Amino acid sequence: MQPSVLPGVLHPRRAPGFVASTLAIARKDMLIELRSRSVILSALAFAVLALTIFFFAWDPTAVAPIDLAPGVLWVIFTFSGLLGLHRSFGVEQPTHAMDALLAAPVSREAIYLGKLIANLGFVILVQAISLPAVALLYNVPVGAYVLPLIGVVLLAAVGLVAVGTLFSAMAVTTRLAELLLPLLALPFFVPVILPAAQATARLMSGRAVSEVAGYIELLAAFDIIFLVVCTLAYPFTLEQ
Amino acid sequence: MKFSKLGAVAVIAVIAVYIRAIYFTPIEALQGAAQKILYVHAPSAWVGLYLAFGLVAIASVLYLWLKDPKLDRVAASSAEVGLLFSTVVLITGPLWAKPVWGTFWTWDARLTLMLFLWFIYAGYIILRGAIDDFEMRARYSAVLGILGAILVPFIHLSVYFFRTLHPMPVLLKPSAPSMPREMLVTLVSSFVAFTLLYVWLLRERYLLAVDHDAAMGAHS
Repeated sequence: MQPSVLPGVLHPRRAPGFVASTLAIARKDMLIELRSRSVILSALAFAVLALTIFFFAWDPTAVAPIDLAPGVLWVIFTFSGLLGLHRSFGVEQPTHAMDALLAAPVSREAIYLGKLIANLGFVILVQAISLPAVALLYNVPVGAYVLPLIGVVLLAAVGLVAVGTLFSAMAVTTRLAELLLPLLALPFFVPVILPAAQATARLMSGRAVSEVAGYIELLAAFDIIFLVVCTLAYPFTLEQ
Repeated sequence: MKFSKLGAVAVIAVIAVYIRAIYFTPIEALQGAAQKILYVHAPSAWVGLYLAFGLVAIASVLYLWLKDPKLDRVAASSAEVGLLFSTVVLITGPLWAKPVWGTFWTWDARLTLMLFLWFIYAGYIILRGAIDDFEMRARYSAVLGILGAILVPFIHLSVYFFRTLHPMPVLLKPSAPSMPREMLVTLVSSFVAFTLLYVWLLRERYLLAVDHDAAMGAHS
């Protein structure tokens, strides 16, 4: 692979700008993940396993698979997302790489946003594979409303990752580490999962897109507010 | 524990309210005696949802700004007392709902909000328990306290899309209270008594935190 030119890296005397350092951190995390493939493989294995288990957790003669599909989809997104989020800052822990990141001439907001972009890429990749898998295995014809459905999924991914990245940064440094992340993050996932799952269920039962507009607005409002608040809050989780 | 004057006043106020509620307040025509649970449920919700959580949020913002350990202790104390009152709300609610609604629990907007508020309080206290360093614990809990306060309206909005079964507020609403006078006096006194109880418990918990920090050798 051709190494791309990062602004700042070639000019050691000049510190990289905000956008450049954000992208450099996102790229670093994505490269680590691409080379180790530790999270993506376990998250995908989890997604497929969960799909199978959920299918047999209900009586298919009593509940139609299409009624289960929205719930299964969002449970899978939530928990596979948590798997990846923990690694986001966990990957820096064993070698204390976080100290080096903090010593680098990049702003703390850029560290948060870089991690957030990498996590978003990871979550979207898992969604891009599990959404067709649910459609295929649960026999849901998604063709008619695939674009609004992707819109709902992407908006929800931003909200989940915004709060999840911040709590991942906090959880890894505590004594409970990965056990704490779901405890902190899940209550914050409620206003994302709830409208997203309701919108998915309505789309899958063939309702008009205008019927889910309220849910989409709620998701967008959550995304904007929590992106801003979490970016501002992240520097406070670091030692001053 | 030394029983302070504030504690004595609060406990006497609570006892007086329940003597009035049980013996001197009329029984509601449709709900029967079960309605009297309102005099525990509503003031607990007032303390848990507004007073205690509001103070956690305010003290958290001020802590991040001023970095005064006193503010962290106030937030922590208010969260613990708030968890207590929220637990009372979640226990008394189903006890009333079973005879009146016919079910202990329903995924109604207000019930869900209260349940998640309880989860946020619990997460806040578990987070504090998982950090040893005084300064870091204060920063982390302040961040969670502020995010929690921003989350509450979102949970409220997202669950409001469902229809609600819960009775509408009789007191904290813009129009005139919709209740007979005898009941209203009892309800208002229960709010006052619970506010006193909250202030007392908050103060005791705060003093305990001061002692605890002194014993742990943290900077005061």
